[in-house]
Amino acid sequence: MTEPLLGDAVPAAAPGAGSNGIAASDRPVFELLDVEKRFAVSRPAGFLKREKRSLAALDGVRLTVRRGASIALVGESGSGKSTLLRVLLGLAEPSDGKALYFGQPVNEVRAQSRDFARSVAMIYQDARASLDPRMTVTALIAEPLLHFGLCGREAVGERVAALLSRVGLPAEIAERYPAALSGGQVRRVAIARALAAEPTVLIADEAVSGLDVSTQAQLLNLLRRLKREMGLTLLFITHDLGVASYLCEEIAIMYLGRIVETGPTDAVLSAPAHPYSRALRHAAPEFFAPITDPLEGEIPSPLDLPTGCRFASRCPRVEEDCLTAEPILAPIAPGRTVACRHPLDAEDHPALPQITASAPAAGSPAGGAGVSA
Amino acid sequence: MNAPDLVAAGDAAPLLAIEGLTLERGRSRILDGVSLTLGRGETLALVGESGAGKSTIAFALMGLIGKSEAKIAGRMRFDEVDDLASLDERGWGRLRGRRIAMVFQDAGAALDPCYTVGGQLVSVLRRQLGLGRAKARERALELLEGVGINDAEARLSAYPHELSGGMQQRVMVAIALACNPELLLADEPTSALDVTIQAQIIRLILTEIRARGASCVFVLHDLALASQSCDKIVVLYAGQVMEAGPSRGILERPRHPYTRLLKSCVLEIGTETLDPPEGGVPSYGDMPKGCRFATRCPNALSRCLAERPALAADGDRLIACFNPEPRP
Repeated sequence: MTEPLLGDAVPAAAPGAGSNGIAASDRPVFELLDVEKRFAVSRPAGFLKREKRSLAALDGVRLTVRRGASIALVGESGSGKSTLLRVLLGLAEPSDGKALYFGQPVNEVRAQSRDFARSVAMIYQDARASLDPRMTVTALIAEPLLHFGLCGREAVGERVAALLSRVGLPAEIAERYPAALSGGQVRRVAIARALAAEPTVLIADEAVSGLDVSTQAQLLNLLRRLKREMGLTLLFITHDLGVASYLCEEIAIMYLGRIVETGPTDAVLSAPAHPYSRALRHAAPEFFAPITDPLEGEIPSPLDLPTGCRFASRCPRVEEDCLTAEPILAPIAPGRTVACRHPLDAEDHPALPQITASAPAAGSPAGGAGVSA
Repeated sequence: MNAPDLVAAGDAAPLLAIEGLTLERGRSRILDGVSLTLGRGETLALVGESGAGKSTIAFALMGLIGKSEAKIAGRMRFDEVDDLASLDERGWGRLRGRRIAMVFQDAGAALDPCYTVGGQLVSVLRRQLGLGRAKARERALELLEGVGINDAEARLSAYPHELSGGMQQRVMVAIALACNPELLLADEPTSALDVTIQAQIIRLILTEIRARGASCVFVLHDLALASQSCDKIVVLYAGQVMEAGPSRGILERPRHPYTRLLKSCVLEIGTETLDPPEGGVPSYGDMPKGCRFATRCPNALSRCLAERPALAADGDRLIACFNPEPRP
């Protein structure tokens, strides 16, 4: 079944969400209000001296995660994706701003009861490291079941078997240890463990990166199916725009601790408004398309942030006013926001490479290794 | 760019010709009769999933697999050298780093953390080309500037950990290119890097090898990237070549069922559905005697499990399959 990329995909049966799924009056699951997260770092300042500096890993981040939404959080290393996730989960307290879960601060909710831990599940980037190597697959999946008292010991075997089959694992691996499993199987165990407590929100940090394409495709299909069947709210951290477009209806693109563009995945990727989004879009490998002019330079150090727009130092469209003050995330179209003083519009996208690129010019070697000088 | 000449020259006298390369570690046959040719100035991508033997081929071409480590059979002809596998360390000393160089996957791990960038470059230039200290330093500076490192003078005295991943990979490209090798091996040169940096590094490698008329073997897992950067492609599965030939022809119209499946798993922006094969690569103990892909192949015939199809010319390419997709 192909899911609509746009519009309200109503979850089949969100626990506690009623038949209407996303009622307008419902509070968002998560809300980040101008969240700032600073870390104090000390660095050398002359001979035998060190100075304390404040590093803003997140700066003025606003994000709303509605029930049943699927949001891809995309950005390169150092963009603050993982810090944002830690703030959402209450593992790091924002230095400024608020992180709310159904309208209540996350750290308060966490302190009050175990409900938060049960409802919000997490799949970690390094699935193998997230599983205790001394526990069997059964013990690993049973742990959350017993911890939350979801079933008695006598029923554990049955529940584990059901979860294994749900994530497409054969029953015979139940008594194996993580070391005996392949990379794809380990991820499936991590997914089964995350789903054991019947969460309503699933947060995944690069859950399919570093895998072979066929394994990645199997897992993406699994996550798509689970999202539909369980009515999960999905927050998916990835650096791969293809993964974002396959799994998520909405996208938020981050650069150096700020969200620079948000909107429906399809709309943002087919006509990015922020020059950085466009650069990311162009940098993703595409069949037979020439390798386009990559973005100049590298992400600046968060300790030496430029004044004005953080992307200005690499932006091909930079103008004088970009260097003076930081642009804020503002609406540009229904459901879309961008933080740029000179956003791109539809006319700026004639050259977006199409998947079926035209044949290479005569005389170029077969394969169209097109690198224009 | 005189591309047609390069292709023609490649056919006449390939720079590199591998014939029936087989490599066994203990009882595991890691490579099983791999053959490929590479002309001068050509770029070739080895593609396939983990365990396909892509990196093993690159390591064998660099002489980094010891005789005690694995049993190598078959032939790897490089220019006038009849078989790379028969070279002793002295023979390798004349080739490795000088005529065949390698860019490794993880630059952070491949660069020596105890020496400055300049020190590592200068030592290569002095040892391989016999340059004097001052001359080597001057050349090191040129090389760093050549790979797009700003403020190269200051970077010469930097240690690898002081550089970003992208910069480290640029340094490694500079070291690999220091002696103007005829063959560059690039083992997943960008898999640890962000996409915008990936585009920079792939472009850099292509520009530099073109400027030198050198050939390049890329080890890649990304088919789209292979189509963008390489003239030829060799699709491997569990140590066997499934399909080989011009990358455009093969990726536009895959004829081996494995190439087709591999391509159908590639996720592009806007992909609606994926239909991957179930299961994974069998372990070496469970490999079928014939075609190693037979156990997962939708086109498999009964003979595929018992009999190995030969890699045979078919139109513009080579295919090892008893039941390939029909020619268009």
